[in-house]
Amino acid sequence: MNLLVDPTFRVVALGTAAIGIVAGILGTFAMLRRQSLLGDAVSHAALPGIVGAFMLTSSKATIVLIMGAAVAGWLGALLVRGVVRSTRVKDDAALGVVLASFFGVGLVLLTFVQRWPEATQAGLNRFLFGQAATLLERDVWLIAGIGSAILLVVAVCWKEFALLTFDPDLARTLGLPVTRLDLLLTSLIVLAIVVGLQAVGVVLMSSALVAPAAAARQWTSSLGRMALLAGLFGGISGVAGAAVSAGVSRVPTGPAIVVCASSLVIVSLLFAPHRGIVWRIARRRAGMRRHALPV
Amino acid sequence: MTQPATDPGPSPSRIASAAASADRDDAAVVPAVSVTGLTVAYREQPVLWDVDLDIPQGAVMGVVGPNGAGKTTLIRAVLGLVKPLAGRVEILGQPYQRVRGSVAYVPQRGSVDWDFPSSVLDVTMMGRYGLLGWLRRPGRHERARALEALDQVGMTALADRQIGQLSGGQQQRVFLARALVQDAQVYFMDEPFAAVDAPTERAIVDVLHRLREDGRTVVVVHHDLQTVQEYFDHVTLLNVRLVAAGRVENVFTARALRAAYGGHLAVPGEERPRPPGM
Repeated sequence: MNLLVDPTFRVVALGTAAIGIVAGILGTFAMLRRQSLLGDAVSHAALPGIVGAFMLTSSKATIVLIMGAAVAGWLGALLVRGVVRSTRVKDDAALGVVLASFFGVGLVLLTFVQRWPEATQAGLNRFLFGQAATLLERDVWLIAGIGSAILLVVAVCWKEFALLTFDPDLARTLGLPVTRLDLLLTSLIVLAIVVGLQAVGVVLMSSALVAPAAAARQWTSSLGRMALLAGLFGGISGVAGAAVSAGVSRVPTGPAIVVCASSLVIVSLLFAPHRGIVWRIARRRAGMRRHALPV
Repeated sequence: MTQPATDPGPSPSRIASAAASADRDDAAVVPAVSVTGLTVAYREQPVLWDVDLDIPQGAVMGVVGPNGAGKTTLIRAVLGLVKPLAGRVEILGQPYQRVRGSVAYVPQRGSVDWDFPSSVLDVTMMGRYGLLGWLRRPGRHERARALEALDQVGMTALADRQIGQLSGGQQQRVFLARALVQDAQVYFMDEPFAAVDAPTERAIVDVLHRLREDGRTVVVVHHDLQTVQEYFDHVTLLNVRLVAAGRVENVFTARALRAAYGGHLAVPGEERPRPPGM
């Protein structure tokens, strides 16, 4: 595989690996907090932020676009919470409405920007489905830096996040600052989503967030091991997706990464011990055979 | 009550509870829980209305009333989980925030998703998280306390079991152990006896006895009127408003029960007035 010696590919793979690891670990919490759909809303809501940031600053620098994405994604998340809290609209409807409307605005802005004479704007389309090949070395350093900061905070607040996820009421009675921890964790999830958008794209980022965690859940019953495994699965999907995208022309990295992650999910759903479907069928058949029941 | 000369003396809470049972009107003894004018509404529907309640230290109190009577809301409001419309709550004479370390909570089993990747021991140790600082991980001391608590509820053998694989009664005992590790002065339990198996019921009753012996205060939302006199020495009858509260022998009467349950109650051993002609 001459890909591995190609320095450009190594940079790109490092970037997607970092994105995958961080998304996997934060995705563990998103999934256990039943915020998987929120991840979808945040990533779709980020689109008008990305295009808007470009329109305001005429800069396509990754840091600028990430900040725009973060602001818009955060606004989307806040809007969902606000709608659920102050109206009778339920979670799923609020998510759907925010996701669709923000994304729609983003698409409108995108087509509007296409008409601008500067050819430079053409690159913004990559945020729809991701194109890791556009990751420069400094972008990867930025992603790795933000990713490390995110993981550091998760490590420091590990047990607080665990308790917050499992039993927020108890957390509150024990004196943990639940509202602030919730805000912090949600912000970390938003940040993990936003740094991945250049490689995975807004449409599919939520899968990159949740699929590694869903796969990891099948293999372990410890939160720590689940997060580590999700990080591993995410990193593998990131690298494999980048490789597929580099090898097969015209395949954007987003779908490639997500296909790898989804394959891991399917394998895990089927073959994991104890929780896997195949394992459970085999065990039931063995049990029935033991008791001489018709299989 | 006399003490032998060599006895260093009972724990402060036992002194308080002894004094409390000897003379409940003694204003110097701080009630474990003091609720004044508590009113809670949910979307304009009153759930608790102007409730005044004092729970003496050392009491093991059952809170009973029909469904929707506000029993769970009472506990949640006392613990600061629900914002009241009006009223004040004090625990051991102070606002809840100052005495968090002395209060433990056993919520309803249905309040969490049990398919969480964690073992029985892990969940039990969570009860100590309030005492550990930010960076400290639960260590040998926390493990030992957790195993001790699990032993008290008969769950030591299942310490490494996945919580998703537990029966309802086992889940209840894990929640109980999680509260016991805090070594609190005041315990709040929400329907711990609901739909549990016999070993769990025995374990909970054992814990209640042990807590009573230690002079702790326990407030239990309870659903089964048949067992009130057996388990509790104090009882509160609640139906949005406070109907009655006090020692079981004084308060747990047919009349009070009928007031709380709105007449839809058959009290064993009592003649119900028959309509004429039957």
